[in-house]
Amino acid sequence: MRARVFVTLKPSVFDPQGKTIADALHSLGYGSVEDVRQGKYFELDLATSEAAQARALAAEVADKLLANPVIESYRIEID
Amino acid sequence: MKFAVVVFPGSNCDHDAYHAAKHVLGQDAEFVWHKDADLKGADVVILPGGFSYGDYLRTGAIARFSPIMRAVRGFADRGGPVLGVCNGFQILLEAGLIPGAMLRNRSVKFQCQQVHVRVEQIDTPFTSACRKGQVLQMPIAHGEGNYFAEPDVIARLEANRQIVFRYSNAAGEVTDEANPNGSAAAIAGLCNESRNVVGLMPHPERACESVLGTADGLVVFESVVESLKSGALVARA
Repeated sequence: MRARVFVTLKPSVFDPQGKTIADALHSLGYGSVEDVRQGKYFELDLATSEAAQARALAAEVADKLLANPVIESYRIEID
Repeated sequence: MKFAVVVFPGSNCDHDAYHAAKHVLGQDAEFVWHKDADLKGADVVILPGGFSYGDYLRTGAIARFSPIMRAVRGFADRGGPVLGVCNGFQILLEAGLIPGAMLRNRSVKFQCQQVHVRVEQIDTPFTSACRKGQVLQMPIAHGEGNYFAEPDVIARLEANRQIVFRYSNAAGEVTDEANPNGSAAAIAGLCNESRNVVGLMPHPERACESVLGTADGLVVFESVVESLKSGALVARA
């Protein structure tokens, strides 16, 4: 199965890169883009056909390595 | 007295740290490869600056799982003095030996410049030869030095007196202009609760000889030598 892990900065954490991207978009004329938050996206190919098992494994590696819980949170999709 | 300088793939301040310990201070020093399992009987451990594992994923995120880190953690747990400089500080944060995390600099630029830091605490093995409030000039060179922790964690760091260095101007005033990266509470360096593990973003090892523009960093290394000589620290690797 494939797990998709989306890692994003927590809402309380300022995102200097997202702010810079938002500023760039504003200078390009996209004033309606109010805010940008940059994150990371991972695709994990897992040797299991059990969705629950895949989700548990993805969460384990996200907790251990993919995300830093001090500044980041994550969301998992399984397919 | 023996310094161990841990070498990760991508470390680039390892030779500077070795030079400071061996040639400037005249102490014994040895490189320790990150795949080694022991610290070769060292009295002091330095995690040097650089770009371990190319800064992949997050700064220090992969290095924290290197085999040597088990020995570093054990050494730290026994009270041994550990200094993390720049990427070494980032590794200490990722390893959870010091609380918090680093964000991209608020300028979103790699900041390479001389800065001033004010010594806030002198009861650590790496600041014991400083005066409280002493201002040190040292270089920084980092893209991710914008220290972050939740407000309750910052409050705990303040209460425990774990903020060892703060960015300041040359007069020792902590101002927003003197903060090169946006760090919370102007934090340039921290220690753990038991005070034997210290991490900082500025590079004392690049500031140990006046020919380099400033020798203010030397006191960091002199501190640990004095601390060990005085018997204040007893742990050995």
